[in-house]
Amino acid sequence: MQILLSIFFMLTLALPVAAQDLATVLNANRDQIVQPSRTSIGPVIDAIANSGDPAVRDVLAAWEGRRLAVRQADGAFVIADGDRLTDLRGAALPAADVTVLRPNAGVRGLIASALVQFQLTDPDPVARGAARDAIARNAAPEHLPLVREALANGSDADLARLERLLTLRFDPDPAARVVAIQGFGATLSLDVRAALNPLLATRRVAAFDEPVGNIARILSVADLGREGAYDLLVQANLAPARLTPNDAHRALVANIVNGQVAGVPVAALDTAEAREGAYSALEAAGTVPTAATEAEVDSILDRAHFADVYVEPDAVVTDAARAALLGIQAKLGAMQAADLALDALSLASIYFLAAIGLAITFGVMRVINMAHGDFIMMGAYTGYVVQQIVPDRTLSLVVALPLAFLVTFAAGVVLERLVIRHLYHRPLETLLATFGVSIMLQQLAKNIFGTQARPLTAPDWLSGSWALNDIVGISWIRVAIFVLALLFLGLYLFIMRRTRLGLEVRAVQQNPTMAASMGISPNRINMLAFGLGSGIAGIAGVAIGLFAQVTSELGQQYIVQSFMTVVVGGVGNIFGTLAGAALIGFLQKGIEWLNPSNTLAAQTYMILFIIIFIQFRPRGIIALKGRAAGD
Amino acid sequence: MRRSTVIFLALLLIFTAVVTIMAGAGMVSTSFVKTLGMTLCLCLAAVAMDVVWGYAGILSLGHMAFFALGGYLIGMWLMYARTEAIVVQALSGAPLPATAEEIRQGIGNQIFGVVGSSDIPWVWTFADSLPLQLMLVVLVPGGLAGIFGWLAFRSRVTGVYLSILTQAMTLALALYLFQNDSGLRGNNGLSGLQNLPGVSAPQAVTAVWLFWASAFALALGYAGTAWIVGGKFGSVIRAIRDDEARVRFLGYPVEGFKLVVFTLTAVIAAVAGALYYPQAGIVNPAEMMPIASIYLAVWVAIGGRGRLYGAVIGAAVVSLLSSWFTGGRAPSVDLGFYRIDWVNWWQVLLGLTFVLVTLFAPRGIGGLFDRRKT
Repeated sequence: MQILLSIFFMLTLALPVAAQDLATVLNANRDQIVQPSRTSIGPVIDAIANSGDPAVRDVLAAWEGRRLAVRQADGAFVIADGDRLTDLRGAALPAADVTVLRPNAGVRGLIASALVQFQLTDPDPVARGAARDAIARNAAPEHLPLVREALANGSDADLARLERLLTLRFDPDPAARVVAIQGFGATLSLDVRAALNPLLATRRVAAFDEPVGNIARILSVADLGREGAYDLLVQANLAPARLTPNDAHRALVANIVNGQVAGVPVAALDTAEAREGAYSALEAAGTVPTAATEAEVDSILDRAHFADVYVEPDAVVTDAARAALLGIQAKLGAMQAADLALDALSLASIYFLAAIGLAITFGVMRVINMAHGDFIMMGAYTGYVVQQIVPDRTLSLVVALPLAFLVTFAAGVVLERLVIRHLYHRPLETLLATFGVSIMLQQLAKNIFGTQARPLTAPDWLSGSWALNDIVGISWIRVAIFVLALLFLGLYLFIMRRTRLGLEVRAVQQNPTMAASMGISPNRINMLAFGLGSGIAGIAGVAIGLFAQVTSELGQQYIVQSFMTVVVGGVGNIFGTLAGAALIGFLQKGIEWLNPSNTLAAQTYMILFIIIFIQFRPRGIIALKGRAAGD
Repeated sequence: MRRSTVIFLALLLIFTAVVTIMAGAGMVSTSFVKTLGMTLCLCLAAVAMDVVWGYAGILSLGHMAFFALGGYLIGMWLMYARTEAIVVQALSGAPLPATAEEIRQGIGNQIFGVVGSSDIPWVWTFADSLPLQLMLVVLVPGGLAGIFGWLAFRSRVTGVYLSILTQAMTLALALYLFQNDSGLRGNNGLSGLQNLPGVSAPQAVTAVWLFWASAFALALGYAGTAWIVGGKFGSVIRAIRDDEARVRFLGYPVEGFKLVVFTLTAVIAAVAGALYYPQAGIVNPAEMMPIASIYLAVWVAIGGRGRLYGAVIGAAVVSLLSSWFTGGRAPSVDLGFYRIDWVNWWQVLLGLTFVLVTLFAPRGIGGLFDRRKT
């Protein structure tokens, strides 16, 4: 290859700039072209490439694509696209018998290389871009001179970048590579990371001498584990294979004579030591191959050295690459933290949305509504039903949100009137009664909608995501949910602090009797407040349904978390709920980050944390004081 | 001993005798004997729930976690010992006698192959010993309840907050066990528990034995808790239920009493679970989800809390009805325009019953037997 390349370059330089006619070149090298050989075709390809004919590119592409053919009648070169024949310039020809040339993979590789060089200087920027991408995807040392040559002909920022990427990997001069590496600084681009990482590739070596080469890390037996270390030595042919239990077993079985192995009765071979002893006896008798026993393994391992050695021999280059990657890692870490924070924020918004209704019914009214989760489910199903009737996604969402509010508001009012009204003095029993309602609602949903998940599809403008850079991004649905959560926070604050209803709710909550004597009807207020809390659950249901599967169990997944959000945050205070949602969301994402494969474990640890947290702040993050605290 | 306890024990004895005779005569199927035995275990769990909720006023929504945990702990021995027998049997045909290591490996492969592992996790350390594992049935749930209760009561978490916290506890436990690397086979749970290792008797016989064991445990649990709640201890915990602050001011260590009740009932629930799952044959983390514990509260509420026999009635009636309705044996009701399939409507009926009981009969079915008006 090296020789071939040098010939290639020599020819490139030696050939006259004055172009020969393409057809002349082809005809002059007819034999070579028809029956190409990988070792000798290089100069021919170059001659074609340098002929300067505008059709060269198409001809080379056709040749590489096994579309170049020889017309049998006169031996002329033609391009055959299926049954359609054209001449080299693309003009259509009448049908004729042709022999299609089928260059082998090696020859086609050479043609492709020539084509790349050709494409890099293509006047069409799209074609240039494609060539650059092709090189970047599958970089090889021989691309470097091609790119440099193209760069000499015309400057282009992308091409210059590609040249530096190739330089840092393939330039023969280490100094040039270091300069190229440092030139990129701490960038987050994937292509730079992809170019730097191979420089730090290592291979693991085992030897009895001190390891040589560009050593990344000296390893001890403890690092590798006894088994792993010995396996490395076996792979390097430096030690005899270990006696595996299976082999020992087989060897022992093969040597059972009269119910004995090497004089040991078979019945006694029920411990590992007895078996090893019997094997050693066979070994001594020469009936089985020698294999390392535990003691031998130890003595061999004592003498051996292990190391990770860089494939790249030059330490200067690996140091520079490591330093550059460290810088990139730091920046990457910061970006990932930002991404994680966005994730956590969106999770917190979901918890907040699910819990804000509870903040009213549980936080303000002290009613434990176990059916709250099922109101969320009702909202999601409302969204699904609306989408069945109104096919336009955006319009259906516009209809579904208020409709879900109305449906669950009504359900909440009915529940309050029929059940909860009678239980205001028995809070634990509201828990039980609403649980009864919850299992009813779930089963009803199952009876109506079946057990399989129903889709609630987001409109197109909500699909996709907002990407800040390669790492930080967030899907639009989550942004929307965040906005919705903020909206609800504002709405809640407005209703509770600025409206008559809010004033009366607070009055009833603090002292129902006094509120009643001031002309406020606690009955009516309780009903409305409960309806409001339920209605918000319905809207949350539509939002959650957009990204989760809508099933009859949808609400159950949120109910425990919602209660914990309210309890952790501090009952009776919307900012407490906000703090609780933020704490739980960020905590869960944080734990997930520590153990990314395991969402279940993250939830487990989060709940444990909350149980312990309650120890220190039994009334939640933001605890109400004084009379407002009620009990 | 109080009259109700004597009546209960006598009825239980008669019931056990009748079932035994009918099973011996082949009049009831083995599976129905198992169902009855399981129901007795659920009754025992309900008795525990009644003590902690009906008497001490702690609405724990996590007691079924202890129940399932008891099942897991006994299940580990059942599964290990049975797998060991199978592995030894399989290896006995080999030319060399099996080493202890080979047997262990075989067991690991058999039990944990389903979660892609063959190592026996540390939680199974004592699984090969029945006495040790039986001790764990008491110690692990008891310890867990003790720690949780200590944390919760110490910081004066009461009422609704405590209910939510216990619910969170059982959810955390269930989610943990759902993982494959929890060492308890993830969502596969433990299976094949109905085969008693070392017992060659047919299922029909072992079912009756387990039924007896369940009846005995229920009798013991009932008599024991009746004795406890009937004495001075019972008076104190009822006083705590009615006015915790006043009891504290009278000088009683309220937190200590609550902790004892919570832990004791957790252990009773665990024992009930340890007897239940060998009859059910399988235990998995889904059994620990909060809903199971809420159902336990439902049974006690329907039966009538604050009366031990109420808890037993509630658990027996609702769980038997549940399995009858959801088992597809209940006849569908054809209304002409709509056919009511009980499999689909039982939950609705149960939920409705529950709402109605809470609203109109807060003392449950057991309340009907109460002559005194309180």
